[in-house]
Order: sequence, then C-alpha cells, then structure tokens
Amino acid sequence: MSTAAYAVELRDVRKSFGKTEIIRGANLAVKPGERVAIIGPNGAGKSTLFNLISGRFGATSGDILLNGEKIDGLTPYQINRRGLSRSFQVSNLFVRLSVFENLRCAVLWSQGYRYSFWKFLANARDANDRAEEVLAMIKLERRRDHLAMNLTYAEQRALEIGITIAGGSSVILLDEPTAGMSKSETKRFIQLIREVTAGKTLLTVEHDMGVVFGLADKIAVLVYGEVIAFDVPDAVRANPRVQEAYLGSVLADQQAAGH
Amino acid sequence: MNTTQAQAGGIAPAAAQAPLRAHAAAAAAPAVQAAHVRESRPHYHFKPINVGRWLIWSLYALVLFVVPLLWTSSFAQTMLSQMGIAIIVCLAYNILLGQGGMLSFGAAVYSGLGSFLAIHTLNMVSAGTLALPVSLVPMVGGLAGLFFAAVLGYVTTKKSGTTFAMITLGIGELVWSMSLMIPEFFGGEGGISGNRVVGKPVLGISFGPQIQVYYLIAIYCFISTALMYALTRTPLGRILNAVRDNPERVEFIGYSTQHVRYLAFMISGFFAGISGGLGALNFEIVTAEVVGAARSGAYLLFVFLGGATFFFGPIIGAVLMVIALVLLSELTKAWLLYLGIVFLFMVMYAPGGIASLIMMNLRLAAFGKLRRVWTSYLALGGSALVALAGAAAMIEMVYHLQLNSALGPEMKFLGATLNTKGLDSWFGAGFVLAVGALMFELTRRSFAHEWGTIQEEIEKEIKRREAL
Repeated sequence: MSTAAYAVELRDVRKSFGKTEIIRGANLAVKPGERVAIIGPNGAGKSTLFNLISGRFGATSGDILLNGEKIDGLTPYQINRRGLSRSFQVSNLFVRLSVFENLRCAVLWSQGYRYSFWKFLANARDANDRAEEVLAMIKLERRRDHLAMNLTYAEQRALEIGITIAGGSSVILLDEPTAGMSKSETKRFIQLIREVTAGKTLLTVEHDMGVVFGLADKIAVLVYGEVIAFDVPDAVRANPRVQEAYLGSVLADQQAAGH
Repeated sequence: MNTTQAQAGGIAPAAAQAPLRAHAAAAAAPAVQAAHVRESRPHYHFKPINVGRWLIWSLYALVLFVVPLLWTSSFAQTMLSQMGIAIIVCLAYNILLGQGGMLSFGAAVYSGLGSFLAIHTLNMVSAGTLALPVSLVPMVGGLAGLFFAAVLGYVTTKKSGTTFAMITLGIGELVWSMSLMIPEFFGGEGGISGNRVVGKPVLGISFGPQIQVYYLIAIYCFISTALMYALTRTPLGRILNAVRDNPERVEFIGYSTQHVRYLAFMISGFFAGISGGLGALNFEIVTAEVVGAARSGAYLLFVFLGGATFFFGPIIGAVLMVIALVLLSELTKAWLLYLGIVFLFMVMYAPGGIASLIMMNLRLAAFGKLRRVWTSYLALGGSALVALAGAAAMIEMVYHLQLNSALGPEMKFLGATLNTKGLDSWFGAGFVLAVGALMFELTRRSFAHEWGTIQEEIEKEIKRREAL
C-alpha cells in the first residue's frame, strides 16, 4: 500500500485564522511505521496541525500528502477512507451507544458496509469479529454493553483510542491521549497505545515529556507554527535551539510543578 | 452474562492473548485451540430463534388483527384506522428525531404530499385512466413522499442542528403557502375528494366498509413497523444513531454525515408518504391542512410524549394522538390547553416520554423492587388528579364565561354545579388545585428520594453480579 517514501508529508503548510497565521510553513516527513511525538509550547499550533492533516480544517496553502497522495482539500471522511484516523483531546464518543456499538460503528466503513440498509448488523460477521477484537485490545470486555457515557474517564480515553484504530488505518494521529490521567494510569495507557498501534505510523501530540520519550522514535518540535527540529529524542534533547525555545522552560515548569 | 462474555473475550481474539492470560487460564483447555474457538464461538447477536422477539411481533400482529373484532362500533373502527395511520407516520418521524437527532418542524410535508398524490391517483383509477389496485394507492403516496424527501431533503440535510430545524420550518411554510397558490392540485378550501370504491370487488373486498380499510391499514402498519424496526438493525441505522450522538466523530470514521442524514430523510419520507396515502384512502378527502404546521407540530409533540428514545415510543404517541384529537376534542373545547399542560409536565419530569417511564419501571420490576414504589405511584396519581380537577374547573369556567355566557353563569363540572360568576366556585377550585399541587409536590419529593435509593441499590446489585 505504502510504496511512497513517506506516510505523512507536510510541505510548507500554512494556516491563517483571519489575519493571524497559526501554522507558518510547517515541513515534516514521517516514514511508514515511525512513531512521532509532536511537542511544543501552548499555542504553538499542535492541535491545528492535526486538524489540518485530518481534514477538519483546510490549509491556507501548502501540500499535505498521505502515502504520497495529496489529501489537502479532502473532507475528513475521505481522508479516513484513505487510511488515516485520529483521536481527540476531549473524548469524542457516541455517548448513547454501548462500548461495543461504538467500536462496531468505527469498523463498518472499513469492512465495506457503507450505507447499507439491506443487511443486518447481526450477520455482519467480519465487522462484529473486528469490533470484538478491538474490544479485547483496549481491555474493555467487561464494559462491552455499557453505554459510553457511563464509563470512567480512563475507560473513555481507551475507547477513544479503540474507535481510532478500529478501522485499521495505517496512519494514526493521537491528540494528547493521556491528558487528564494520573501517573499510574498514564503508564499503563502508554503500554496500551504501544500495543494497539504496533506496526502503524503514529503521530501524537503530547505534553507529558515522560510519555514523549517513552513512546516516540522521533520528536518534532513545533514552535510558533514552524517545525524547528525533527529528530530522534536524544538529538532533540541536545539541540540548543530546542532548549532555548522550548525544552528548557518546559522542564523547568515540570520541576516547579513537582513532576 | 457479563462474566461469560469476559471469558469468551479472554480466550478468543488472538491479538490480545498476552494481556488476558488471567482469563485464559480459567479456561485453559479452550485457550490451546484459541483460533478454533474463535471460529465456532457463538455470536452475541446470533440466536437461532429469538423467542422474545417472535413473541412481541406475534402479539403486535394479533393486537392489530383482534382489536376491531372486540370493539365493533363504527366509531371504534374509525379511531383504530386513524391509529394505524398515525403509528406509521410517527415511527417515520422518529427515524429523524429519535434515531437521527434531526428535529424536523415540517414532517407533515411528506405525509401530506403523499396524501395528495394518492388521492389524485385514486381519482385517476376511478376515472379509468390508470389501472392500479386500490390497495396499492398508499404505495403511490410512499413513492411521492420518497420523491419529495429526495428533492427537498437534498437541501435540508446539508445542515444539522438548529439550521436543519429552521430549514424544515421554512420548507413547511413554503409548501403550505403553495397549497393556497395552486388550488388545482391542493383543492383550495374544499380539498380534493375521492372515492375508494372502484370497479368490482376483488375476492369480496371493495374497500367500501370501514373494516376492510382498517385491515388494509393494519397490514401496511405491520409491514412498515417491521421494516422500520429492521432499519435500526442495519449498518445505516446504527450509523444514524452515531450521527445523532456525535456527528463530528462520524466524519472521522469514514462516513459522510450528510449522506447518512439524507438517506434517513428519504426513508422517513417514504414511510410518511405511505401513511399519507392510507389517510387519503381512509378519509376519501385531502385538505391542505395535512401539510400544515399544526400537523407537523402534532407529530413532533406526540412522538416526544410517546418517547423518542425507544423504537416503540412513537407507537404509544400515535395512539395518544388519535385519542387526543378525536376523543379529547369532543370532551372539551379547551383540549389543546390540557395537551399543552401535559406536554409541559412531561418535558419537565419525564423527558424520555412514556416509553422511558415504562422501561424504567420494567427495570425496577426486573430487580424485584417495583412493589416499593407502587404506593407512591398511587399517591402521585391521586394528588395529580386532584390538582388537575381544580385546574380543569378553573379552565372550564373561563371557557364557559367566554363562549357560553349566554347560557347563564351556571355550568356543570364533574357532576357539581359551578357558578362561574361566584367567588366561592373560583375559591373552591383554586383551593382544590392548591391542595392537589401541594400533595403532589410532597409525594414527589419523598418519591424522588425513594427512587434514588432504589437506583443505588440496583447499581450495587449490578456491580455485585458483575463481580461474580
């Protein structure tokens, strides 16, 4: 599928809201199977970048490529059908459906059911099996028939990831997957993310430096809408520009906050 | 149930075996043949014969069949026919409201236009220009509903939420004003009338007697209900629920919310049109009010009263709608006001409608706790009736003063004679209302407390069962 050299590629991507330019010529090239963490100070445009890649917003200029194919200007569902799936910072579930139904909904398109109203879900064996499989992967079997709105916070975050990966996309974007979790929960959760995204291209926005260094093969540092560094963790840590612009202050913040 | 599922999940999916060793250990032997077990694992939804479902649907068919044999008066037949028609249209509307989260203010457009197309078709059949069995005329209504939903819905379903509601309102007004502009099609003030008895009876069925029309309606009603229920079991039906819950996320799992809404809108229009076509056959006259905002409002109100969150809610709503429109309007001139009051209280205290009240109490019954609240229900019902009697006395006195003052100041109400100009009558009615309302509020408070305790107990019970 991915004969292209890069799974995700950004070429001089810009995005303005009114007169304010949030993304100012971002360049990034992620190889298939790489795990990339995008870090940067608040307001650097990390979430905006995800929204551009996933098609939620259109870029003002520049090219976004998925497996070598231009996807800017496409709608989110068209991009999703081409093999990119994302999660959200605030859990974005189908709250009045059960956990299993949430996952099955996320599976249906990829299994070719489209808008079918002449087939019964009960007979959609491949979709049901895949939903059960994902249910086990995110370890929510015991909550299978509970409504998504009745889950605990951590369970909702897990389901959020489950919905994201269920369709089998090759490129996964996770927007602050561990936001709001306790330390011990975060640890377990990173393990979960590692398992369910094995073999896939992963882009994640993350604040927690522990998560970043634990999860990522490479780190992209976004400051004021520009990727100022993109390298393996040790190289990024040692990069004087990054230290000056960002890492030093964050580490100081985290020490001050007692992390 | 949950424990067995957990174990089934534990031994099945190969990808998740490692973290689930604890479960798998409990079922060590099957775990060896995990792949094989997965193949033959019985599916959650797969049951050879779902006895409960068969029972319910057989019962539904039986009720539709037997009821006119029990109530044989022509009045009953008229009511039952209207109920059948209303059930279809309310279920069709709930595809939008309850299942798709689309608040339409113009639902009557599609049933109404279906009615008009059906009555014109009927007249063509009568005139001999079209050879179509009368029993299929409602299908013409359905196709008309589908057609207009496809045309108008293309515009409407581009938007969701408040914008969607506003556009449906606009289209409703548009069609309503068209009905005044094009009397050739809509028949102006007098409407379009027709005659459903066409040609020679086939197998003794001429559709002259009301009972024959009823059974035609009943057949359409049963099939439509079954088909609309089936829709909720399909990929489109489930994604429609997802669109209701979270349209934004649906776009990120590969579906266009607009396409989903559009398809649902057309399906809803089709069934609404069938209902309209049956209405045309039943009444043999179609007037412009069938596309009016009042009709659309009635659908919305009664679907909500019946309960939009459950599939069967609109059926209850439809039955209530006919009872209110036919019976209540006979009983009192102030019927719309009573309806408004009931609606108000329903929205305040039971926003899930009657269906949700039923389901909540079934849950209580399932845990054997229903007998702890039935005295509270009696007290609530009793005090509500007292308050209603007081309020109704005052409402009826106002109406008497406004409309029947020529008949003198005295009126009969629940067997008592009230003097609408006497202070004592007003004071008495006000007192009854106040006492009733006070009693209701007091019982409601203690009931709410008891209800909360019971729910907690049930939650604990569920947790306990899960832990087993």
